[in-house]
Amino acid sequence: MGPKKRVSIRINGVNYLHEVEPRLLLIHYLRDVVGLTGSHIGCETSVCGACTVMLDGAAVKSCTVLAVQADGAEVLTIEGLAQGEDLHPLQEGFWECHGLQCGYCTPGMILSAYQLLLRRPDPTEEEIRRAVDGNLCRCTGYQHIVDAVQYAARKMKK
Amino acid sequence: MPVSKLVGARIKRREDPRLIRGLGHYVDDINLPNTLHVAILRSPHAHARIKAIRVEEALKCDGVVAVITGSDIQEQIGPVPVASQNPTLRVPKHPVLTVDKVRFVGEGVAAVVAEDRYTARDALDLIQADYEPLPVVSDPEKALEPGSPVIHPEWPDNVAFRWALKQGNLAKAFKEAYKVVKQRLVHQRLAPIALEPRGVLARYLPGEKELTLWSSTQIPHILKTQLSLMLRLPENRLRVIAPEVGGGFGSKLNVYAEEALLGYLAIRLGRPVKWIEGRRENIQATIHGRGQIGEVEVAVRKDGTILGLQYKVVADIGVYHQLLTPGIPPLTGLMLSGCYRIPAIGIEVVGVFTNRMATDAYRGAGRPEATYVMERMMDRLAQELGIDPVKIRQKNFPKPKEFPFKTATGLVYDSGNYQAALRKALKLVGYEKWRSEQKRLREERRYLGIGLSTYVEICGMGPSAAMPAGGWESGTVRMEPTGKVTVLTGASPHGQGQETSFAQIVADELGVDLDDITVIHGDTAVVPSGIGTFGSRATAVGGTAVFQSAEKVKEKAREIAAHLLEADPEDLVFSDGKFSVKGVPKKGITIQQIALEAHVAKNLPKKMEPGLSATSVFEPSNFTFPFGTHICVVEVDPKSGGIEIKKYVAVDDCGKVINPLLVDGQVQGGIAQGLGQALYEEVVYDENGQILSGSLMDYAVPKAGDLPRFELARTETPTPVNPLGVKGVGEAGTIGSTPAVVNAVVDALTPFGATHIDMPLKAEKIWRLCQGKKAARAGGGR
Repeated sequence: MGPKKRVSIRINGVNYLHEVEPRLLLIHYLRDVVGLTGSHIGCETSVCGACTVMLDGAAVKSCTVLAVQADGAEVLTIEGLAQGEDLHPLQEGFWECHGLQCGYCTPGMILSAYQLLLRRPDPTEEEIRRAVDGNLCRCTGYQHIVDAVQYAARKMKK
Repeated sequence: MPVSKLVGARIKRREDPRLIRGLGHYVDDINLPNTLHVAILRSPHAHARIKAIRVEEALKCDGVVAVITGSDIQEQIGPVPVASQNPTLRVPKHPVLTVDKVRFVGEGVAAVVAEDRYTARDALDLIQADYEPLPVVSDPEKALEPGSPVIHPEWPDNVAFRWALKQGNLAKAFKEAYKVVKQRLVHQRLAPIALEPRGVLARYLPGEKELTLWSSTQIPHILKTQLSLMLRLPENRLRVIAPEVGGGFGSKLNVYAEEALLGYLAIRLGRPVKWIEGRRENIQATIHGRGQIGEVEVAVRKDGTILGLQYKVVADIGVYHQLLTPGIPPLTGLMLSGCYRIPAIGIEVVGVFTNRMATDAYRGAGRPEATYVMERMMDRLAQELGIDPVKIRQKNFPKPKEFPFKTATGLVYDSGNYQAALRKALKLVGYEKWRSEQKRLREERRYLGIGLSTYVEICGMGPSAAMPAGGWESGTVRMEPTGKVTVLTGASPHGQGQETSFAQIVADELGVDLDDITVIHGDTAVVPSGIGTFGSRATAVGGTAVFQSAEKVKEKAREIAAHLLEADPEDLVFSDGKFSVKGVPKKGITIQQIALEAHVAKNLPKKMEPGLSATSVFEPSNFTFPFGTHICVVEVDPKSGGIEIKKYVAVDDCGKVINPLLVDGQVQGGIAQGLGQALYEEVVYDENGQILSGSLMDYAVPKAGDLPRFELARTETPTPVNPLGVKGVGEAGTIGSTPAVVNAVVDALTPFGATHIDMPLKAEKIWRLCQGKKAARAGGGR
């Protein structure tokens, strides 16, 4: 198993310092070590995207990143998206447009959409669908998710 | 229902604030101190004798607490249950961990319990299991052939059960037919793929002798009963909690080996234990859906009138029965009449053991198969007779005034107006326009197809007499002393939004604010009794129970109000949560004030019990039968085999609608899954019983970019079966959509001589069909 490595990761604006096994996945670090269980695990092959978080400004699937690779980095998870009681426009959009049912894919879905809106503030439907192609949702058929992202884009433009 | 404000309103969900912040608690998000983690060694073989299992090395591993094999627990845990009333059913003993043989890839062989999940997983690799491979029966039709390898030696024919139904004069129907059209249809195996895999957390308190089991399940109460039997624990010492559940689609409408195993381990080890299913495990060892191979024959008159139908099904059961396995193919049989008048119907089902995971209820559960059979056949008949597919459907619909409509299979359809839904869908899609467009494009060697599906489904499960484990549902409405309302429902949701829709029902009835209502579900220690959420039953049955309890609460409140206002109860009016005497609106008392009076109980009518709460158990008199029309327009590229969905229209009738936003969501998600079956999804087992689609890399769940936008509309035909008039909508999309897509693709490829293509409609299949065939010059469209 080898010696533990020290990692220092800033998550949702808070600095964390831990000794971890080098093989520990970032998703398990977030969920089991830090206790942020909002990011989920839906597969082990980087297909479903339920574990998506922002790592230094890019959406990554945290089931295929080691915690040690995130050493010194900044991570944003779903728990860090709202400012206190104020929801992020994406969160608001998912709520307004019924963009979730069971909610399991939602945190990852929102963070993939978050990356999209950083890069393209005014995306077309096709761009939205392509942007979340790495996030599976089994409940919604995606239509309300597209609506939710469009809602957020409109709101953020204002 | 009184005139309402909230029922029927597009209200956003009350579940969402926690879920969009990542603050929900699915099983794996619940952490108890001192929890041990369980990993399960699963069979790599589809059929093999276990020669030896050596666990010593695994036990030596640092952090490993226990390693359990099948022989360690065969006396301690009873078999995995099946609920069925079929007298021909053969029930192989279904152990929690197998003992002497493995019979499908993924069958549990041993379990490691360790201090953390990585160690548990590591130790699996240190268990040495020696297998002697045995001949495999993977294909259900081959399993029936003489000389086939045998799965359960006590039944050498591999037959799991038979089920048949025959009504009307079939011989006459087929004799008098102008034409008999035959078709073989394969309903491939599907994996439900709830995005949250299964998971179990179990804790035993030895002092209290109480086992609490958190499980990602759709049926906490049924699970509690079954676990008490499997573990031989008194049921009143067992508590099952379904916390946030990340999707089910029928896959969690079950009692699984792991649930009993974890309960047992928690008791034995005296520490909480947790098992979280991986996705590969999920595809191997969580139930699959569909898996039917059918031969259908339809006898028809020249004008398109159907005279009779004969259907023979080979149902791929797998090795063992899960909870409802044998009940699914008969549901196909019962629904075979579809939304048509068919005087004579014969069905023969043979359930076959194969070296595969069990099939069971997956969204639609037997009804998508029935709808697919009938809707494909309507198009086949139309093609054979040269009739428009719309006309042949209209020809065979029962008229609205014929409802309640009795089918040859013995069901009584509660209410319906199939013509209206079809008309609306045709208008919405622009049917005639697409037909001329199809004609025009064929001249350009472009292939457009228009596919219809006019479906009816059986929902609101259901009268207890027709259900294997009860068809009622419970609902409690309790007004707290402070005027807040607590609602308890036995219908345990997993994404359907009952915390919102049930609150809407209660808010209207009691005139209280939506935000003052909390809906609690999924905890057997809090919710007194229940069946669960499945079969599009939650609102029709569970919602009705809640509604009836709210009515009882209101009636009791009225009596208290009359007592306090010194008026006759008949003279009171109730409006906006306030009782007042007719004509004296100023003098009144709110339901919140009454709740307090009921609790302090100092001034109540004589002999009235204190408190303001009521529990109802609703037993429906019949199923409900939602229906609708889906129309899909595709363009197929014969050069690539690619299919483009150009338009998708769904007109669904689920009776009264409580919350249109939620109904839209259910329909859209349902269509996505039905489309997944039509175009992409298939659990592929090879002849050795190995799963070739064993991860999400290979099992093709539809992605956002694969799907079009769906255009939805509704007609509204209330059901007389419950006072809310609601029918259920959870499965409509899945049931209605699949044949619409396949019919569209076959329609597009008619110039290539296509009459039928089995699902999934992969590009390769389409491409092969078009190869070497020169498309007939278009001309007449169909």
